[in-house]
Amino acid sequence: MKRQLIVFVKQVPDTKNISGEAMTPEGTVNRAALPAIFNPEDLNALELGLELKDRFGYSVIVATMGPPNAAEVLRAALYRGADEAILLTDKGFAGADTLATSYALSCCAKTVKNYDLILCGRQAIDGDTAQVGPQLAEKLEIPQVCYVEEVIELEKKKIKAKRSIEGGFEVLESQLPALLTVVECNEPRPKAAKRIMKYKKAKTASELKKFHGNADYTDAPMLTEEEAKLKEKNLWIHEWNAAKIGADLQRIGMKGSPTKVKKIQSVVLEATEVVNVEPTGSGINKLIHELIEDHTLG
Amino acid sequence: MSNFFTDNKDLQYTLNNLDLEEVVKLRENNYKEAEQFDYAPENLEDALDSYTRVLTEVGYVAGERIEPRARDIDQDGGPTFKDGVVTNHPLTMKNLEDLKNADVNGVMLPRQYGGLNFPVTIYTMMTEMVSRADASLQNLFGLQDIAETISEFGNEEQKQKYLPRFSSGEADGSMDLTEPDSGSDLQSVRLKATYDSKKDQWYLNGMKRFITNGCSKVHLVLARSEEGTVDGRGLSMFICEACPELVVRRIEDKLGIHGVATCELQYNNVPAELCGLRRRGLTKYVMSLMNGARVAISAQALGIAEAAFREAKKYAEEREQFRKSIDHFAPVYQMLTDMKMKIVATRALLYETTKVVDLRNDYTHIVNHSDRKDVTPEIRKKQKTYSKLAAVLTPMSKALATEVANQVAYDGLQIHGGTGYMRDFNAERFYRDARITNIYEGTTQLQRVAAIGGIVQRTLDPMMDEFSSLPYQGKLKRLSEKAAKMREQSREAVKFTAGKEQEYHELMTKNLVSMETNAFVSYLLLRDAVKSPEREIFAERFILDAVPEQERLYNVATSGDLTLIDDHKDIVDY
Repeated sequence: MKRQLIVFVKQVPDTKNISGEAMTPEGTVNRAALPAIFNPEDLNALELGLELKDRFGYSVIVATMGPPNAAEVLRAALYRGADEAILLTDKGFAGADTLATSYALSCCAKTVKNYDLILCGRQAIDGDTAQVGPQLAEKLEIPQVCYVEEVIELEKKKIKAKRSIEGGFEVLESQLPALLTVVECNEPRPKAAKRIMKYKKAKTASELKKFHGNADYTDAPMLTEEEAKLKEKNLWIHEWNAAKIGADLQRIGMKGSPTKVKKIQSVVLEATEVVNVEPTGSGINKLIHELIEDHTLG
Repeated sequence: MSNFFTDNKDLQYTLNNLDLEEVVKLRENNYKEAEQFDYAPENLEDALDSYTRVLTEVGYVAGERIEPRARDIDQDGGPTFKDGVVTNHPLTMKNLEDLKNADVNGVMLPRQYGGLNFPVTIYTMMTEMVSRADASLQNLFGLQDIAETISEFGNEEQKQKYLPRFSSGEADGSMDLTEPDSGSDLQSVRLKATYDSKKDQWYLNGMKRFITNGCSKVHLVLARSEEGTVDGRGLSMFICEACPELVVRRIEDKLGIHGVATCELQYNNVPAELCGLRRRGLTKYVMSLMNGARVAISAQALGIAEAAFREAKKYAEEREQFRKSIDHFAPVYQMLTDMKMKIVATRALLYETTKVVDLRNDYTHIVNHSDRKDVTPEIRKKQKTYSKLAAVLTPMSKALATEVANQVAYDGLQIHGGTGYMRDFNAERFYRDARITNIYEGTTQLQRVAAIGGIVQRTLDPMMDEFSSLPYQGKLKRLSEKAAKMREQSREAVKFTAGKEQEYHELMTKNLVSMETNAFVSYLLLRDAVKSPEREIFAERFILDAVPEQERLYNVATSGDLTLIDDHKDIVDY
């Protein structure tokens, strides 16, 4: 059996290119006003996965949880070299915090079953929690190596990876299967022309239905036919719901999320005064004293 | 995020309004390729969608990857040369890796050899964007043209041997034409090709000079295969591979395009294979290769102009003098407008040219590679018509684009003032890079010579007839009358000089080509304006600027003044 790895990716609002309407009056992200992009570090994780494909002949499965239009991020992965794509989509998944998300992803990984590696970006630019990868590893009870920069060796049953730590790096060895979270360590390859032209036609079941005027499988047999054709050409994006991955409905989405947002405040940082510190011993002492006084230090 | 396709309104307009229906249908053999290849388009809409998507990705690679590396490559001096080995700059290697991953190394090659089977028009758009990012990289990207030549003229065995290597990005190429004593005059090429009948093998001996990427893996070489001959009919084309017998003697230290090695080559009995027929090397294959390369250099020039214009515009908007940004001063906005107009005019002419070149190539391909019974008289007629049009438009575009690139780069530096003279800004790089475009692949002077025949024969008249009969109204009607007058002046000047001695005709070639270009471009911009009212400003500006220039060119061309012919030596020698 071909060795497989899974890359979990996320479609995020482009928080680097913020326009005036980026926040709603309620202080939440206005997703409609921001273009959806491939989360940058997930792209690094995908690139690492594709490098492993080039080096060791892995088959790369890319998966995401999101609304039906998140299929776009999967196609973007197919354009770059991913072999198979899975969209986890279900109304029940909506409103998930990192706990519920990692639970749903763990159900997905268990449904895929055979994998040596799971790759995630270190964190997503919308939430910046860096929690989903580690939580997913815990739920799957597999070892995790976070902040990975490079895979040094990959054998049948173990992996040696270099990870970034404060002030340097360390090299860790782990059993397989394992989960790696990946930092900005490579330049993701561009989309390949032929793959763009081929995989732009890849569809999920929802997209196929929508393409035929929201037809239903029961009264439009051509859908089944077209699905078979798309599968034959490897243009089928799997669309899995909560039932398909055997998820406990109490543990996904809003219901499965203990995190409740109490309040969001838009903080504008402004300097009000400038303090000059003399570059002498006593000047520094005075500064330290002041910082302790206002509880910035200590 | 910087994307050289999505940030360029004029380029996108061009793609969306060029009407490529006939081109694509021919190229895709009536969309039959879709049955065989999963990435081939099923119809026109599908094809245009694919072109747009791929151009968008190339625009991303150009804007986000290639452009940020360009200055370092230039300032470090590009490739290094040690012990006979050329090594590309590490950032150039990254560029090549990105282009390889983007899968754009066999853009026009047939799909059966791993190519994308795109038209010249789309490939040229890529060329323009790559050049805008780094003009010197284009000289590596553009050498996939030589695979195109093997595809058109090589035998099946050669195609299978070489083309997939180009498509995958494994092989790079060079075209080895120029020699120390054969530059513009390629008929005098001396590099010797000898045939060893016992081994059934050709061998090459001699020198080549100024060979762009002469350190490549696959070389197309123009060589003298017929002993005792002295002209172009004794030359054949050969393919050879990098080997110990093919020595890079040195690389040149150049004014610009630093990112690519320009090599001097020595052939010491290099084994080679004949490409196509003997004696047709220069007359057919190299002419075809160079025509392709001329289109590419036009796009390279346009890309440099686009880059130079944008930097100048940005600088003028940010630089404040006398308490306002300098783009508010008339002499500065005049320059900016003029630069932009030159770019718009060049783009209109260039892509009209590529469309004609596409039609020429596709009909020629049908004529050369189909069963005789399938080649109808109508197809033959079209092949002839588009060949003639391409023969005028290709050199006309190159003359315009490369001179425009120099002028725009010049003004771009001027707008920067003293800052532009410093190496801290890109303006001086564009100025240096632009300078070669009107020299290599045939100087501007030679482009005019190449274009003049078709101008004298009024080759573009049927197209201009068609454009002049469009339903112009109001302002456009008045402008079209001015265009008609410019065309009439061009025609009269041609007639006038035809009646004069050869030397006068040669002197006035420059004027005649400029006049025909003015008239033709006026009509192209008018045609766009009829279709898209937003483009009226371009038609108006171009024509209002061209009218007095045309008047001057006309007056000179029809003056019959021979004093230059009589006095030039005395003046030069004084």
